Amino acid sequence: ERKMIREEIESREDEKMIDAAQMNNPEPEECFNVNYLRIYYGGKSNLFPYSDIHKWLSYGHDGKHPGCDEYYFGRREFSFTLENDVYLRYKSFKNASSMEDAIKSNFPYKIDIGAVYSVDPDKRHAYSQTGTNVFTPVERELVFDIDITDYDDVRYCCSGADVCSKCWPLITVAIKVIHTSLTEDFGFKHILWVFSGRRGVHCWVCDPKARRMTNEQRSAVAEYFRVYKGNENNARKVALMGYSLHPFLARSYVDYLKGFFEGELQATQSIFSTKDKYEKILAMISDEDIQSELRGKWENSARSSLSEEAISLVRWEQLKNTLQSKKHKAPTLRMCVEEIVFTFTYPRIDLEVSKQMNHLLKAPFCVHPKTGRVCVPIDPNNCDEFDPLAVPTLSQLIEEINSGGSRMDVDDDEDSDTSLLAKSIKFFRSSFLEPLLKSCKEEIESSYKTKIGKSKDSFSW
Amino acid sequence: MEVIRSQKRTPSNDTVSNPKIPLYLTAPQMEVRLEEFELFAVDRLRVLKGVSDGLARGRNPKEMDDLVDTLWKEHMRDPDASVMFNKDIISHFVLRLVYCRSDELKKWFLSMETALFRHRFRLQNFEAQRAIVGEFGLPYKAVTGAELEGLKERLGQVVRSLGQISPTVEAVYYKVPFEEVPDLVASRRVLIQKGYAFVAGSQLVSLVVTQFRSHISKALILTNRKWTTTIQEREKDRLTPIVEALSTSYLGPDYSQSTEYAEISLKDIDQVAKSSFPLCMRHLFEKVREDHHLKHGGRMQLGLFLKGVGLKLDDALAFWRAEFTKKVGSERFDKEYAYSIRHNYGKEGKRTDYTPYACQKIILSAPGAGDHHGCPYRHFSEDNLRAALGRMGLSSRGMEGVMDQVRNKHYQLACTMTFEAVYGTSCDAGINHPNQYFEESQKILKSKTPPAPV
Repeated sequence: ERKMIREEIESREDEKMIDAAQMNNPEPEECFNVNYLRIYYGGKSNLFPYSDIHKWLSYGHDGKHPGCDEYYFGRREFSFTLENDVYLRYKSFKNASSMEDAIKSNFPYKIDIGAVYSVDPDKRHAYSQTGTNVFTPVERELVFDIDITDYDDVRYCCSGADVCSKCWPLITVAIKVIHTSLTEDFGFKHILWVFSGRRGVHCWVCDPKARRMTNEQRSAVAEYFRVYKGNENNARKVALMGYSLHPFLARSYVDYLKGFFEGELQATQSIFSTKDKYEKILAMISDEDIQSELRGKWENSARSSLSEEAISLVRWEQLKNTLQSKKHKAPTLRMCVEEIVFTFTYPRIDLEVSKQMNHLLKAPFCVHPKTGRVCVPIDPNNCDEFDPLAVPTLSQLIEEINSGGSRMDVDDDEDSDTSLLAKSIKFFRSSFLEPLLKSCKEEIESSYKTKIGKSKDSFSW
Repeated sequence: MEVIRSQKRTPSNDTVSNPKIPLYLTAPQMEVRLEEFELFAVDRLRVLKGVSDGLARGRNPKEMDDLVDTLWKEHMRDPDASVMFNKDIISHFVLRLVYCRSDELKKWFLSMETALFRHRFRLQNFEAQRAIVGEFGLPYKAVTGAELEGLKERLGQVVRSLGQISPTVEAVYYKVPFEEVPDLVASRRVLIQKGYAFVAGSQLVSLVVTQFRSHISKALILTNRKWTTTIQEREKDRLTPIVEALSTSYLGPDYSQSTEYAEISLKDIDQVAKSSFPLCMRHLFEKVREDHHLKHGGRMQLGLFLKGVGLKLDDALAFWRAEFTKKVGSERFDKEYAYSIRHNYGKEGKRTDYTPYACQKIILSAPGAGDHHGCPYRHFSEDNLRAALGRMGLSSRGMEGVMDQVRNKHYQLACTMTFEAVYGTSCDAGINHPNQYFEESQKILKSKTPPAPV
């Protein structure tokens, strides 16, 4: 099998010399390199799920029903980022095989998915910018991007591009809060959560209603989710006004945030255990006397026998009790306890990603160039189980092929499939793609029937 | 609408129902005298300019209601109610012709007409408001009975979250798809469940304003088409000159062209930043020098400001490059940042020449983690703001006046007071644009002989 793959690669029209030694003995640390990428996207291995992606983005317009729009897929923008940071925008493909061909001739480091436009992005220059036939986005999933670096001011284990088992739970909580709201509040049904490959997640809301939202409506939903308004210029980064929380925030607090803050977060971050850490929290209390009172209790306490986590919990209780008795002193103290919890735990989404239809977002099942990990789907109903450090890397996948292990064809009927990626692809299909396509086809059928019904009426001989 | 030379006017009989605020859904079928064509438009323009001014000064909704009431009575009133009504309609449609002709003009007109409509609507009583909602033909049903009972507790929570201590739920709620009330969704002023927002009777304004805005926006596109294809040419000796004159008269300067005061060169920039930049730009400028980086929001706000101040593209590229390459290296700068700087100057992509942000836009921005843009009077904590003002040279007495304005959320007045304290002179016009602050400051400094560096 090794020989087969090498022949295949050498037969490609490419000037790059492939190091045979490298092929046989990949560096264990090197999770990503362009040769592996070629295998991932290339012919025999069937790792990248071309036809699943095509089925998804066709939204039922597979040409098998008279109501289908056969040009729908072709009006979707893709972009490729190539090896030398060359960036190719406005790519579009007539069908699955031309998409596959383009990926196999470019081996992009990153593939982004954009909007569905009024005309083929490829042909946009043929249309004028004024008049009725303008090049403009007409459909686009409602998307969200959550990145752990936006939480740097509240995580003490890592910073920047790193992520670990102590801070990843912040992302897990974010998924739970946002997913519940998308389904319960907004009534969306077809939601795909995807690991971004290194330090965050993306969310794709694919209901027809969502795809047709205007920029203003997307902005409204993003703002609905926005609570954190912090940067280094302000100390109180969450300001909850009024006499109670909005029902959405209240539900998030009661169902997810409070428990996480008082439990897992104390264990992983112990946010009260040192002076530096607790001063940051004291700064969120807008009353000097309360700050001093608590500081007095904590500065001089000799609790060396307790663990960091235990110390944090004790101090949290003290803070809550003090604030409870004093919260009527000022309006800004009314929900101070909740504000602190929200500051540390509430989701922080990148608003700009969600607000505009023409914003491009990385495609699921891409490989992250820095980590080599595949951008696999995450089950929102089981997101506690997801471990970003256990996601298959490109080199692991190649190793699996090389060792002649499992079959690469992911066949839904075969339970014996143990290939690393099979589980993710199966999940993508059964939890997301199949229900989505079923609903899309129903919609295509019913709107076709309506159209036919209408035109039948006009034929009155 | 027929425009005729001075003649006795035939009474209008276009309206069957006569709601207090017309929705401008269709062009009126009446005859208009040529003088009225211009006069009516000018009066309405005075109202719209007043609205624009009020918004720029950060007036709260109640203040805007009063302002609109005053403006309307001052410029649009007529003892004869039907004349007043016709003037309302005619002036709106004339201004559509004037303001459909470019994206900038459209955007301004749309914003001002929507704001005008919003506040006129708020001034109506509930019955009149219901009638207007009906005019739009919106099929929203009121929520009653068991459904309302089931929602009461959470509706009460919404009411309390908006600052009302007792959770008194209104009598009437409308069940509306959430897409129809984006501003209520964005500010979490409604309960949302399974895709529907529950809009209180008192919140109807949001619903109708969205409809109104959407309708006018589409209408402007159609009007533009008609203008460019037929009207402009046909009316070149009669209406076109009037229309063209009307659009240039009332907008404030947008600072996209630099003036005689405003050329600055790279070697002066540090000195000029200390002496003439408003606080928002000083802060961004200091951060660039300190961190050798700024996130996107900051780059836009400061970059466009510098363009308005007269920094040429080459100097701008040199400035950003000098700072950023200390952190990211020359290759990355060229790849990731140079393009967007050129973009701001209209040299890439759509080739739109972007205009520097006015205070209103800056105040409404939303700086997040790692950002330094926005309005410091709004976005800084009190301590940080005091420290920054101290560095600008404000005395503790001057500072109290400024902090007072900040507490009352009058951010532009706070900036104006800062200006007055720094330069020892009054600024009656009020600051509503960072480039205005800069220009006024430069005027003062140049009129004094060799100004001492601050």
